[in-house]
Amino acid sequence: RALLLGRAAAPRLRSYHGDAVAALGSHVDTGSELYQENYERMKALVTELHERAERIRLGGSEKARKLHTSRGKLLPRERIDRLLDPGSPFLEFSQFAGYQLYPNEEVPAGGIITGIGRVSGVECVIVANDATVKGGTYYPVTVKKHLRAQEIALENRLPCLYLVDSGGANLPRQAEVFPDRDHFGRSFYNQAIMSSRNISQIAVVMGSCTAGGAYVPAMADESIIVAKQGTIFLGGPPLVKAATGEEVSAEDLGGADLHCRKSGVTDHYALDDSHALHLARKAVRSLNYRKKLEVTVEPSEEPLFPLDEVYGIVGDNLKRNFDIREVIARIVDGSRFDEFKALYGDTLVTGFARIFGYPVGIIGNNGVLFSESAKKGTHFIQLCCQRKIPLVFLQNITGFMVGKEYEVGGIAKDGAKMVTAVACANVPKITVIIGGSYGAGNFGMCGRAYSPRFLYMWPNARISVMGGEQAAHVLAIVARDQKAREGKELSSEEEAALKEPILRRFEEEGSPYYSSARLWDDGIIDPADTRLVLGLSISATLNAPIEKTSFGLFRM
Amino acid sequence: RTVKYSSTGRSNITKVLIANRGEIACRVIRTARKMGMQSVAVYSEADWNSMHVEMADEAYSIGPAASQQSYLSMEKIIQVAKVSASQAIHPGYGFLSENTEFAELCKQEGLIFIGPPSSVIRDMGIKSTSKAIMSAAGVPIIEGYHGEDQSDQYLKEQAGRIGYPIMIKAVRGGGGKGMRIAKSEEEFQEQLESARREARKSFSDDAVLLEKFVHTPRHVEVQVFGDQHGNAVYLFERDCSVQRRHQKIIEEAPGPGIDPEIRRKLGEAAVKAAKAVNYVGAGTVEFIMDSNHNFFFMEMNTRLQVEHPVTEMITGTDLVEWQLRIAAGEKLPLSQEEIRLKGHAFEARIYAEDPQNNFMPGAGPLVHLSTPLPGPSVRIETGVRQGDEVSVHYDPMIAKLVVWAADRQAALKKLQYSLHQYNITGLNTNIDFLLSLSRHPEFEAGNVHTDFIPQHSHDLLPPPSATAKEVLCQAALGLLLQEKVMTNAFRLQTEGVFQNCTSLPHLIDQFSPFASSSGRRLNFSHTRNVTLQDGKNKVAVAVKYNRDGSYSMQIEDKTFEVLGDLCNEGDCTYLKCSVNGVVSKPKLIILENIIYLFSMGGSAQIGIPMPKYLSSASTEGIQGSTLAPMTGTIEKVFVKAGDRVKTGDTLMVMIAMKMEHTIKSPKDGTIKKVLFKEGSQASRHAALIEFVEEKSDEAESKLNPGRRSDDK
Repeated sequence: RALLLGRAAAPRLRSYHGDAVAALGSHVDTGSELYQENYERMKALVTELHERAERIRLGGSEKARKLHTSRGKLLPRERIDRLLDPGSPFLEFSQFAGYQLYPNEEVPAGGIITGIGRVSGVECVIVANDATVKGGTYYPVTVKKHLRAQEIALENRLPCLYLVDSGGANLPRQAEVFPDRDHFGRSFYNQAIMSSRNISQIAVVMGSCTAGGAYVPAMADESIIVAKQGTIFLGGPPLVKAATGEEVSAEDLGGADLHCRKSGVTDHYALDDSHALHLARKAVRSLNYRKKLEVTVEPSEEPLFPLDEVYGIVGDNLKRNFDIREVIARIVDGSRFDEFKALYGDTLVTGFARIFGYPVGIIGNNGVLFSESAKKGTHFIQLCCQRKIPLVFLQNITGFMVGKEYEVGGIAKDGAKMVTAVACANVPKITVIIGGSYGAGNFGMCGRAYSPRFLYMWPNARISVMGGEQAAHVLAIVARDQKAREGKELSSEEEAALKEPILRRFEEEGSPYYSSARLWDDGIIDPADTRLVLGLSISATLNAPIEKTSFGLFRM
Repeated sequence: RTVKYSSTGRSNITKVLIANRGEIACRVIRTARKMGMQSVAVYSEADWNSMHVEMADEAYSIGPAASQQSYLSMEKIIQVAKVSASQAIHPGYGFLSENTEFAELCKQEGLIFIGPPSSVIRDMGIKSTSKAIMSAAGVPIIEGYHGEDQSDQYLKEQAGRIGYPIMIKAVRGGGGKGMRIAKSEEEFQEQLESARREARKSFSDDAVLLEKFVHTPRHVEVQVFGDQHGNAVYLFERDCSVQRRHQKIIEEAPGPGIDPEIRRKLGEAAVKAAKAVNYVGAGTVEFIMDSNHNFFFMEMNTRLQVEHPVTEMITGTDLVEWQLRIAAGEKLPLSQEEIRLKGHAFEARIYAEDPQNNFMPGAGPLVHLSTPLPGPSVRIETGVRQGDEVSVHYDPMIAKLVVWAADRQAALKKLQYSLHQYNITGLNTNIDFLLSLSRHPEFEAGNVHTDFIPQHSHDLLPPPSATAKEVLCQAALGLLLQEKVMTNAFRLQTEGVFQNCTSLPHLIDQFSPFASSSGRRLNFSHTRNVTLQDGKNKVAVAVKYNRDGSYSMQIEDKTFEVLGDLCNEGDCTYLKCSVNGVVSKPKLIILENIIYLFSMGGSAQIGIPMPKYLSSASTEGIQGSTLAPMTGTIEKVFVKAGDRVKTGDTLMVMIAMKMEHTIKSPKDGTIKKVLFKEGSQASRHAALIEFVEEKSDEAESKLNPGRRSDDK
C-alpha cells in the first residue's frame, strides 16, 4: 500500500520530450525606468492594501476586544484559525465589506468574517460573526456578505460552518435588513435549501443567537453550543419581560444546559470556545464527504518568473498597455500556456494552462474587443464548456470597439455572442479585474452580473460604466450641443466646472475599495497573490460537479 | 556425572541454560555463542517477546510474570534444564544466583551450577558467618554485631555499644535491600522495623546485623576468580562508591587515586578471602575504604556482578567465558602475573527512574530508543529494544553503558559523549542525571564516596531551569513540521486514493494549495499562538507564517527567524533547522503531548499543553485522594474510614519494583474510604485513599453544619 501511495504521489503525465511546451513570458528588464516606476507605484498600492487590511483584521475597538477576551472568548479570527486544519490557508472574502460605507461608523469586515478553509481535510465555507464589531449585529452589508458566503457554498457545494456570536439585526437599520428577498430571512431559506441538497450546515453557538438568529442553530444539521456563553432564544430576557412579565436570566432562557438537556435545540455541549471548535472539526470528519474531482490533475509547478514582477509589468496607469501574456506567465504552472487562436483576434488572449495542477482556460484582454476577438472568445468558452475546464477571466477592458465601421461589421451581435457564452457557461468561472472594467467589456469578461463563482480585484483596478474622462467628455459634448441649440457657447471654465465633479465622482466610485465595500466583488487581492487565490478558488469550485452547458441562441 | 566438582574432573559443556532474563541473559548467551555452546533461555509470561528469548537457541516458558513463580522457581528451571538436555545452569546475578538450595539442587540433579559450591554461597550469604570466616583468615573487618539475639532491646544495646550512626542490614540481604541507617537512637526502632519488613519480603528472613557506619566511605570491590584446582587470582578493584538509594549507579575500574601498593594489598586480601573458603568461579570481595585508604571486609558476593564489564575492559578478559571454562573444570586461563591492568573503564547504569522524584523506579514502554554506536571501546549491555517494555515485575535497569579509554579523563569524556547519544523516550530515565554526575568537578577529580549524591545533590539535581528560547523555537518548529507531515498523509488519505490510485492517479486532489500548510491569509500574515509547556511554566510562542515558508517566532520580547525541515536517518527523525541563522540538527521525537529534542548541547523535553477538554480526569487525579506512585502491591494499611490524619502521616505501605513506598497523607483530613486492601494490587495512578471533602464543598457543609464546626 505504501508503494501505491508513493506512486500516486508523483503522477507524471508529461513524460515525452516532444510534448514539452515552450514557456510563456520573458525576462522583463527590471532595471528599466518604466518597470521601476510601475513597480514602485503598484507596490505603494499593495502596501496601502496591506495596511488597511491590517486594521480590519483587528476587528472592533480595543475596548470591545478586551471585553470579549475577558469573558474567555476567542476573537473571531482566532476561532477560524483553530477551526481550520493547522497551517491550512484561509481564502477570506470581502475584507473591505462596509469599508467607509456608513457615515461616521466603521464596520470592519462588515462585522462578519467569511471565507473558505479546510476543516478535517474538507473545504468548508466559514461564516463567523465578529461580536467586537457593533455586538455582531447585522448591518445591511453584513447581511449581504452572509448571503454571498452562502451563495458561494451553494454554487460550489461546500459544507457551511456558522460561528454564531451576534445580537441579530441592527435595529436602527431594520428596514434595510429585514423585509426584502435578499435580506436576513434569506439566510435561513438558504440553510434549508442547502440542507435539502445535502450541503451540510453546522452551527457553533459561541455567543448570543437572538430572535431570527436563533434559527441559525435551529435550522442547522448539527449544532454545538458553548456553555455559559452561547444563548439561543426567540426573545431575549428584556423582550420576555415586556411581553409576559416573566423574569428570567439569559442562561436559564436559552443557555447550553437548557438546549442540550431539555429543548434539544443544540446537539453538542462545549466547555469553551476551543472545545466547541474541536467538536465542529469532529462533526466535519463525520460528514463522510469526499471531494470528487472531474478534472485531470498534474503535478503543480511554480511559474518560471517571480510573481511580484507583475507590479512592474502592470503598474497603476490604466492607459499604459502591457502584454497580458507576461501576467499569465507569472500565474500558471511552469509558465506554460497552450495558446488558442494566437494569430486571430489578438486583442483577446485565450489558451489552456494549469494552476496548482488544475486545468484552466484563460481569457485575458490585450486591448479593446473587436468582432474577431469576441468570436474567438465565444469559441474558446465553448471549448472549455465542452471539455469541462474551469475558466479564468483576466479582465482589463475599456469596452468593445465603437465606430461606424464596427457597427456595420456587427460588433453588437458578435459582442452578444460572447456575452451569451459567458452567461450560459456552466463551468466554474473566476474573474480577476486586473485593470479597467468598463461598459460592455465588463459583461463579456464575466463581470459580477455574470455570476462568476469568484470575482477579485487588484488594488489598481477601476470599475465603472465608462472611464471618468470619457463620461465627463460625453457630458460636456451634450452640454455644448444644448448650448449651441440656444445659440450660446460653453466656455472652457464652464466646461471644466461641469467635468470636475463627474471626474471626482467616477474616480471615487470606480475605486476597488468602493466596490469591495459594497460586495461588488469578493475581495481586493495583492497581484502577487493571484496565483494562490486562483488555486484556492479553483480547488473550492471543484467540490461541485461540473454541469453540462447548453448555450442560448447565438445571433449569426 | 556425580564427580563434576572433583579436582580432576573435566566436563564438556555443550549446552547451557541461563536462569535469568534481561541484559545478563543476553550477555551470557553472547559468550556461549562465541564458545560454540548452545544457549537455553527461560522466560516468564511478561517476557515472551523479549530480547533474551530471541537471542537464545531455545527458550522455554516457566510461568507467570511474578518472579516467585517463574525466575525464582527452582523446580521449573531444573525441569527445563532436563528437558532441554542442558549440562550447566548459569544463574546470572540476582534471582537464584546466590541461592544455596538451588546450587545444592543442581548438584543433586547432576547439573553444573555455574558458581561456587553451595556451602560457600551459604557461608558468604550470612554476613555474620562471612565476617567470622574472614576475621579468622586475617582479612580486616569492621566493628559490628552479627549475633543470634534479635530482640529489639538487645539490638538497641548493641547499637549503643558500636555507636551511632549505625547501619542495620538484613543478614541475608544484598543490593541495598533490607538495609537502613539509624542516625540516632531515636530513629533506631523505626529503621529496624523497616529493615525487617523489607528483609522478610525479599529474603523470607528478618534477621538483621548491625554495623558501624563509616562516614563518607568508598565502596571498593575486588574481582576474584578461583578454579577447582585450588588456584585463585584477583582482577583488580572496581570503585562503586557513587550510589543512590544504596544502589550502584556508576562504576569504574581501576579505583581512582588508588596507588599500586594499595591495589596489590586489596587484591591479596581478596585472594586470601577467596582461598579461605576454597572459592570457585567468579566472586567479588567488597571492602569499605575510608579516606586514608584503610579498607575493611564487608561481604563477598558469590556471583558475577552487574558491573563486571569494567573489569573486563581493563583486563581484556571475558569473565563469562572464564566462568564457563572453570565450571567445566578447566584451570584459570591466566595466572596472576599474566593479568595486566590497561587503561580505565566506566560503567553507567541507565535506569527507568525519576531522579527528580527521589529516583522513583519507573516502568513503561521504550517508545524511542537510540544508542551510541557500539564498538571495541563502547559497550552497550542491554536486554531491551525500542518498543519493548520496562516491566513493573523486574528490575528497572534499561542498559549498562560501558566505555574504555587509555586513562580516566579520556574515558570520562567518552562516557559523557556516549550518554548524549543515548536517547530514550516514553518513560523517565536517569540519563541526564548520569550526565551531570559524570560532569561534576568532584567526580572528574575522582573524589568519590558513598555519600557523593546526597552531598552534591544540589549540583546534580538542579531545579529545572527555563529552556533556552532558541530551543523552544526548535520545539515549535518541530511541531509545525510534524503537522505538515500529518497534513500530507491526510490529503492522500482523504481524497480517495485507495480506490483510484492505480487506474486514475490524476484524480487525486493532492496539489490543492489548501493542503499546503502554508498558513496563508489574504493581505496579512497568519500569526498563530502556540503554547508550550516548559516544566511548570507555560510559554507563549507567537508564530508568524512568512510567505517564503519560514517562520518568525516571538517569545516574550524576542523574535527569532526560524526555518527548517525534517529529515530521516535510520530510524530517527532529525530537525534540520536554523534559528536566527544558527544551524543545528537535533534529534526530534514527538510523542502525544511531549516534544523531545536531543543534541550534544543537551536534551530538552517540552510539553504541549493538553486542551482542557482532552485531559481526562484520571491523570489529574481525584481531588482529595492519594494516588499509587506506581503499580504495586499494598503491603500495609494503617488507616480506616473515619480516621483523622495529619499531613505527612503514613497511610499505607506499598511494595513496587521490589521497593517499599510509603504513602503519606497529602493533607489534614478525614479518611472517607480506603480503596485497597492489604495484599491487593494497585495500578499506577490508581486512587488509594479517598478523603472526606471539606470546606471546598459548600453544599455538604450547608447540609452538615455540625461537621463544619467539628473541623474548627
